[in-house]
Amino acid sequence: MPAGRNRRRAHRLAIVSTAPAVEVASLVKRYRHALAVDGLTLTAARGEVTSILGPNGAGKTTTIEICEGYRRADAGTVRVLGLDPARDSRALRPRVGVMLQAGGVPPAIPAGEYLRLLARFHAQPLDPAGLLDRVGLTEAARTPYKRLSGGQQQRLALAAAVIGRPELVFLDEPTAGMDPQARHATWDLIGELRMAGVSVILTTHFMDEAEQLSDQVAIIDHGRLVAGGTPAELCGGVGQLRFRADGGLDTDGLVAALPDGSAAKESPAGHYVIEVPDGVSPQLLASVTAWCAEHSVLPTSLRIESRTLEDVFLELTGRELRS
Amino acid sequence: MTTAAPEAPGSFAPAPGAAPMGRMITAQTAMETRMLLRNGEQLTVTMVIPLALLAMFSLEPIVSVGGGSRIDFLAPGIIALAVMSTAFTSQAIATGFERRYGVLKRLGAEPLSRVGLISAKTISVILIELLQAVLITAVALGLGWHPHARGLAFLTVPLLVLAGTAAFSGLALLMAGTLRAEATLALANLIYIALLGLGGVVFPLSKFPAAAHPYLTLLPTGALATGLRAVLASAAGVPVRDLIVLVVWAVLGIGLAARTFRWE
Repeated sequence: MPAGRNRRRAHRLAIVSTAPAVEVASLVKRYRHALAVDGLTLTAARGEVTSILGPNGAGKTTTIEICEGYRRADAGTVRVLGLDPARDSRALRPRVGVMLQAGGVPPAIPAGEYLRLLARFHAQPLDPAGLLDRVGLTEAARTPYKRLSGGQQQRLALAAAVIGRPELVFLDEPTAGMDPQARHATWDLIGELRMAGVSVILTTHFMDEAEQLSDQVAIIDHGRLVAGGTPAELCGGVGQLRFRADGGLDTDGLVAALPDGSAAKESPAGHYVIEVPDGVSPQLLASVTAWCAEHSVLPTSLRIESRTLEDVFLELTGRELRS
Repeated sequence: MTTAAPEAPGSFAPAPGAAPMGRMITAQTAMETRMLLRNGEQLTVTMVIPLALLAMFSLEPIVSVGGGSRIDFLAPGIIALAVMSTAFTSQAIATGFERRYGVLKRLGAEPLSRVGLISAKTISVILIELLQAVLITAVALGLGWHPHARGLAFLTVPLLVLAGTAAFSGLALLMAGTLRAEATLALANLIYIALLGLGGVVFPLSKFPAAAHPYLTLLPTGALATGLRAVLASAAGVPVRDLIVLVVWAVLGIGLAARTFRWE
């Protein structure tokens, strides 16, 4: 049975090749007038979803296109599935699925025909009709690409990236231009890829997308890694307790009543934020309310929050993510 | 016939692998050919204009072709025009826009190699040319064409057409791979019209000043039309000079295109 033999072969490949999905070390890429990537180092593990998060112009697409073999690095090393994307492109192409940020599909080709064409390039592709159905394009099978909506075009490009049953897919802003429903359907599909053992590298400037989908997040800005880790690691650790009260409370006095390492600030007037390195504990909450009681202060709108990746980004770069 | 594995579409379990080269090229060729045959503008350039010129110029004495029959003069020229329209004009425009829309870039991520892609494009051009040859021959015979050819023409005509296809393809890819898509569109049409006029397609080269004659037969269209006319209207042997001209254009065009082509 050729199918059985192929499956065994794929299985063996997965075991033999234990190199990370992507390893980027000290990557530098210069364009004529600008440094797009400036000494970037990051690793994406096998079988995980890794998000590269950053504002427009941070170097996300340049990095991913170097990994895809479209561009050459000026300095540093890049390994994809243990191979050099510039040198070993022939070996990598069947194993890696690519979704470009935009375009790539002939405008006049019907959606169904495009997937059938790509299926013919691969040894054991998914069934094109089934995949078309999975991404909700069965009705549009005979519609030329140029007449699909933006979200439909994105979904066709996503289907095209996975039809060859790759080990690794690069998705460059996979949900850009999608309505919320299509975004969630795309997240589901990416979750399924992960469950099936496919490594996924995606770029996004949606922090909720990175939080929802990723095993690992790499936050980059100006072509450098500014933080990396699981969403919990990046957002957790430091917790926040916020409340409102009259302006002008003695925050130094409040901090003195709290565990070491705590910080309190009033910004703007009447809005208080308390941050602690190990997360907000029940004891901290009790200490804060005890201090308030002692000073006859009634805190209102008291809430405990973990940070979002947006906060993390703002803190690390001093800029809004989507500015 | 299906190429898909029987697994449910939900099973994204990795099973990577390239299809055999032959299957990839066949699939890409079929797609390219279908797209060309579905595109109205491309069909106008490759089918409608050559057939319309053939009918118009053979039925009405619009230009004097010298002593012989008009259709016997025109048919070889129209075949040259057909080769130019497919291998040069149509291919330059299609490839220019594929580059602009990122189609070539995205294909670069597929197991189909660049050599495979160019093979598919070439086979597709030849398939369209075969269709053109059948249509033009049928219409020309209907209009009373009597080729004056030796049996050797069964060898020399395909040889000329292949050399012409290589010459025009090289020039098409040279333009498509370096210029903006709109510039390629404009220039490819302009060159098509210029070479239609100057290439001995419907106007005999003898109408031009004698001094210009040798230069006009150095143009790819002039060489192809002159060579085809020698073989099909004058029962000539091997048109060595015209073949050499076409091969030189092919080597120059393909060589330059290979050095300068930008895939995105």
